[in-house]
Amino acid sequence: MKNLGLIIRREFLTRVRKPSFIILTLLAPILMAAVMFLPAYLATLPGDEKVITILDESYLMDIYDKGNEEISFKYLNPKDFDFETAKALVEGREDYAFVHVPVSEGGDPDFIARNIRVFRAGDLSLSVENYLERSLEKYIQKEKLKAEGVDPEIVARTKTQVNLRIINTEEGRETENATLAKMGIGYVAAFAIYLFIFIYGAQIMRGVIEEKTNRIMELMVSSIRPFELMMGKILGIGALALLQFVIWIGLGLLIFTIFTAVFIDPSLSSGTAVQMEGMNALPDNAAFDIYRSLQSIPFTKVLLSFLYYFFGGYLLYGALFAAIGSAVDKETDSQQFMLPLTIPLILSLIVILRALDNPDGSLAVWMSMIPLTSPLVMMARVPFDVPTWQLLLSMSILAITFFGSVWLAAKIYRVGILMYGKKPTFKELYRWTRYKN
Amino acid sequence: MIEARGIRKTYGSHQALKGLDLSIKEGSIFGLLGPNGAGKTTFIRILNQILAPDEGEVLIKGKALSGKHISRIGYLPEERGLYPKMKIGEQLLYLAQLKGLHKSQAKERIAYWLKRFELTDRVQTKVEELSKGLAQKVQFIASVIHEPELLILDEPFTGFDPVNTEHIKQEILRLREEGATIIFSTHRMESVEELCEDIVLINKGSRLLGGPLHEVKAQYKSGWYQVETEKEWQIPNGKNWQVEKLNAQLGGRAYRIHPEQNSRAELLESLLASGLIEFREEIPSLNEIFIQSTRNA
Repeated sequence: MKNLGLIIRREFLTRVRKPSFIILTLLAPILMAAVMFLPAYLATLPGDEKVITILDESYLMDIYDKGNEEISFKYLNPKDFDFETAKALVEGREDYAFVHVPVSEGGDPDFIARNIRVFRAGDLSLSVENYLERSLEKYIQKEKLKAEGVDPEIVARTKTQVNLRIINTEEGRETENATLAKMGIGYVAAFAIYLFIFIYGAQIMRGVIEEKTNRIMELMVSSIRPFELMMGKILGIGALALLQFVIWIGLGLLIFTIFTAVFIDPSLSSGTAVQMEGMNALPDNAAFDIYRSLQSIPFTKVLLSFLYYFFGGYLLYGALFAAIGSAVDKETDSQQFMLPLTIPLILSLIVILRALDNPDGSLAVWMSMIPLTSPLVMMARVPFDVPTWQLLLSMSILAITFFGSVWLAAKIYRVGILMYGKKPTFKELYRWTRYKN
Repeated sequence: MIEARGIRKTYGSHQALKGLDLSIKEGSIFGLLGPNGAGKTTFIRILNQILAPDEGEVLIKGKALSGKHISRIGYLPEERGLYPKMKIGEQLLYLAQLKGLHKSQAKERIAYWLKRFELTDRVQTKVEELSKGLAQKVQFIASVIHEPELLILDEPFTGFDPVNTEHIKQEILRLREEGATIIFSTHRMESVEELCEDIVLINKGSRLLGGPLHEVKAQYKSGWYQVETEKEWQIPNGKNWQVEKLNAQLGGRAYRIHPEQNSRAELLESLLASGLIEFREEIPSLNEIFIQSTRNA
């Protein structure tokens, strides 16, 4: 056990001192912040205006409708231009697009709707298309209302928006619904586990391959048991992962605080802050709603489960990555063995999207029990308050499988580290597990 | 010191060792010889407890090989390797600690050995920045840093220039003087003749021959003598000896003679009559024994 400590220490220290680790650890939160803040920040700047010239021969649109911040409508007077001259004029300019609203003989709004055309040199951006469609639908609807003898003003006045307040009555408690926040937490937590398994699992594998190619393995196993060497590497790199994770969370919070305090114009802050959280379509009071509803999320449970699945998943996959590393001489040879590990991980990510929508569906429940997918899938479910028995069952299965995978990996590892040359097949790996020492 | 009895080891269908027996005297340099694939490395790995034998037992000082022996064994593997990104000092400290040395003790020994190999000013150098020869020295230090009772050297001289080979040879002899038992595995026979007292030659997983080096050589004597005399020499009457003429080196007449068994006295007598200048029995080199016996096997 003393040796295990020494190995963990070496694996941790040699990696933590690497410039690449320090740079990645410090830079990643800054980059992430940039990815999150930059669009929001840029949105506050006067952006590239997209000028759309409209020839509205039906006098359908309101010429005082100038579009939005992004899109600027400019109208041509149908008295001065016909379609051909207007199109020729627009083509000579650098307008984003040209819209032609034709005239209808009988004033049939549906005919107009079907025959509106947009001209653009290149592809039309999806947001512009949506905005144009919505605007035009509104005007056509107005025409139809007029035709039916309804004053559009009345319609506008009576328009109502309903925000449902959903109360979760499960287990005798009444809590505010926080589906969106739960989905966010579940997804971020599961994705973090996914990311760390991949990044650090690959590091374990690479470490083992390096020890093989540097031919130090034989010397090492003459001093310590292969199992200690393998576990030392997995745990040492695991400590590194935890450190990096803690630094990222810390730095992330720090950057977030500084950025909101310094760079965001206070007059914009309420609206923009919501955008920061990546939910830009919410109305202003949503931030408060979310805050209030967060109280319904079982944070302690989420945090403890996260730590458990983070490490459980890491150890389970880490041991298998170590076994793969031991079986090959070159990283390029590892591809075929990686496949059985990448498939469940990627499958988990896909299932999570369903699980977030329906956390108690049978797919989600089953996948949160199967050990190779449970770290991610169960983590996505936990914010939705999973029944305790399910959580405990899933955790127990994971623990048992973890020991199983370490046992299996150790058997492959023990043989693999001394094998050089030919790339083994799955069949050979199986045979190795049956070798006596 | 070491007693190995009936060691068998099989990988799948390949029998690496087929009931190997050998014994190694305490404080000796023991030559473990054999062609590639003979099973030397498998035996060494069994001693190092990297592998366990399928059958048979290894006793060290009368006790079955166990985990507590690990810290008393030093190993220089044939495949040399160190962590390239680690500094020499760190690397040796790590390996010494894994062999159970305390940090302070390990540091003292590292300082001592680096000085012996004139590497003191390189303590902060990374292994990857060293020349191959220097890295080999570091590797040698790593195998002896914990003052092992049993030192296993697998092809210790590969990668060393003649000067350093001599240096390492002296270190090996010094360690033997200090009481270490040394297993020397190689297929370079000339160094075996210089260093080893006892040898064993294994081939295809079993023992071909072994024992004290001089006895092994005696067994392989061909019975030929090389002589040079002042005058012409004749085969004594009635003898059916084989004779070849050789080029004289010392100005006389040179012969290669194979007398009948137990006729050495008669041979000498007849030679003395012809004015003997040089008389030498042809003793096969270990290399010849090696080639001959593995070919026959």
